[in-house]
Amino acid sequence: MSDAPQTFVLDGEAVEFSPGQSILQAALAGGSYIPSLCYHPEFKPHGSCKVCTVKVNGRAAASCTTPARAGDVVELQSEELQDLRKNLVQFLFTEGNHFCPSCEQSGDCQLQAVGYELGVVSGHYNPLFPTRNVDASHPDVLLDLNRCILCELCVRASSIVDKKDVFALSGRGITKHLVVNAESGRLADTALQLSDKAMSVCPVGAILRKRHGFATPIGQRTFDKQPVSALAIQKAQAKTTDEGTR
Amino acid sequence: MASDLEKAADPQKLRRIAIEPISRVEGHGKVTILLDDNNKVHQVRLHIVEFRGFERFIQGRPYWEVPVMVQRLCGICPVSHHLAASKALDHIVGSPRVPATADAIRRLMHYGQILQSHALHFFHLSSPDLLFGFESDPRHRNIVGVLTDYPDIGRQGILLRKFGQEVIRITAGKRVHGTGSIPGGVNKRVSPQERDELLSPLPQILDWAQQGVRLIAALYARNRDLYDHFGHVPSNLLSLVARDGTLDLYDGVLRARDATGQIIFDGIEPSEYHGLFRENVRSWSYMKFPFIKSLGAENGWYKVGPLARVQNCDAIGTPLAEAARQELRSISPSPLLHAPLLFHWARMIELLHAAEVIARLLADPVLLGDSLVGSGPRAGSGVGIIEAPRGTLIHHYEVDSHDLVTMCNLIVSTTHNNQAMNEAIRQVARQYLDGHEPTEGLLNHIEVAIRAFDPCLSCATHALGKMPLWVEIIDAQGEVVQRLVRDGECLE
Repeated sequence: MSDAPQTFVLDGEAVEFSPGQSILQAALAGGSYIPSLCYHPEFKPHGSCKVCTVKVNGRAAASCTTPARAGDVVELQSEELQDLRKNLVQFLFTEGNHFCPSCEQSGDCQLQAVGYELGVVSGHYNPLFPTRNVDASHPDVLLDLNRCILCELCVRASSIVDKKDVFALSGRGITKHLVVNAESGRLADTALQLSDKAMSVCPVGAILRKRHGFATPIGQRTFDKQPVSALAIQKAQAKTTDEGTR
Repeated sequence: MASDLEKAADPQKLRRIAIEPISRVEGHGKVTILLDDNNKVHQVRLHIVEFRGFERFIQGRPYWEVPVMVQRLCGICPVSHHLAASKALDHIVGSPRVPATADAIRRLMHYGQILQSHALHFFHLSSPDLLFGFESDPRHRNIVGVLTDYPDIGRQGILLRKFGQEVIRITAGKRVHGTGSIPGGVNKRVSPQERDELLSPLPQILDWAQQGVRLIAALYARNRDLYDHFGHVPSNLLSLVARDGTLDLYDGVLRARDATGQIIFDGIEPSEYHGLFRENVRSWSYMKFPFIKSLGAENGWYKVGPLARVQNCDAIGTPLAEAARQELRSISPSPLLHAPLLFHWARMIELLHAAEVIARLLADPVLLGDSLVGSGPRAGSGVGIIEAPRGTLIHHYEVDSHDLVTMCNLIVSTTHNNQAMNEAIRQVARQYLDGHEPTEGLLNHIEVAIRAFDPCLSCATHALGKMPLWVEIIDAQGEVVQRLVRDGECLE
């Protein structure tokens, strides 16, 4: 068997991959950015946001859950796919209440950063302005459901890492929403703590450490320093290097 | 002291002129004038027809979000709301006195804001009226006209504003809608390089600021009668002053004088503001009419802003501005000056003062310190008062034990001046419109009086002289007699 690395073709360029890598992981490790929101390198991907959609041999697929296969032809940057991703992000903005100008997560928000990356300059669609709760009952944590995009990262982190199952999704379709594991329905009555993994994975400003907003000045926030694309590639390449070293 | 032109006895038989929207002011306002067949003025009203709702939708939000959210009230003076909210919330987080470095950085941000806003208002928005005349060709009566005929003046105004914006950028993170001030202090230190960046142009800024004062003094000397009498209506004055009585635009205690200069109240802590004022409403305006409670609605209305401040204080603590203040006070033996056009003179004195304060702050090593945020025992309520470019600005919040805002009360500068602006335009209508066929130039007199107060409906025009003024003259039968748009173009 040849030792030559296996490759697939991404927008005409060969991309190497290791066995078990998804298209998204291999692309990032190879320096090609695929936008995503529900993907997190520390958790098993579940392909719910669809922002990472590519075409594999002509068929649309979520690149975070599609294994890389030798010889596949993957389409990423076509106008059709860019429009699709842009529309998905615009849907998220219009389905929730995302007021970036006064949001403490502005500059650190992955939804905002991906929006900039995709050229989203407005919600485009009429905003739904849903009525959603702010749960401030917890002494240290604010849960602002206005900004939740249902990525389930907090659900996965709380279950897999924290072993607490603080969060879950309830309801269906447009009424689907995040709930917390307490009979009272209040965050204060859950086991959530500031040190939990679930506190650090929210890609938007839904789960926040209290009394800490705007502590980081403009210019020093995550995406002030580099765009989301560069950061995602940097993290993926660091992870690959780390795994190689081990 | 309220005018008899607020309500006509028989409005149905009068023809109505509407100046809508008012140009070179922020937001949406209009003026209506009712005239009889002989063009005698029977009613003049300044209507504020926009509704904002910030007091309501801030409720239920976490308190640390407030200083950033409320600054979206305005695009010209967001720093004022940013800082007034922060000052109120300093009490909530138990740090009513923030660390010295944080205080210096906030003051630097605020005086940068005063400088840029005053420069914008005087040079960009009002100098065309003052340099060319109220009835001059409207196609030329704008900042482009100023840059054409008086290039040095126009350039100085633009660069003064630019400097103020740079001060804001360095202290708040952005020129407009930054995030530098947080409850209990600031989130960003000033580096020596940033300080030096501001120090470098400062001598030029101080020189231009002095030239600005000389310009308005010269314009006054050229036409004293106009400046002394145009829209002149005596009233009470209100402002913050420092605890030693000097001018302080960032912090202090409330002081009010009556129209003759006698003190009505003094040394009032911001937290006690609520007992001093009452507000009336009129069916024809969304803006309330505040008045000093002890004097009643008829006699208790007052002016705020530069002309109130430079006369309400005992002195200005910077030498160049104090000398300019003395010169202004010397133009009349009257105990107080009340003519609206003198707001411009006072505004330029404050611009000079702001430049001097910025120089002082930049020279003080405390500015470069690292202690940026204070804290202490939590409180449930906080009041922050600041002198915004346009006048006294009050923010009051109550916050529950879960950190959410339960009550918000905002009294903005323009609200304080509501009755004063109405009275000023009524006086101008009496002086200039009574008995004359209204023309664009005559109607501009009304707007000149409003602009003198620099109302914070006051940001939107700015379209370099293409202000969307639309005037219809309707006769007693409801027929449109004449329709004018801003540049004098007659449509019908």
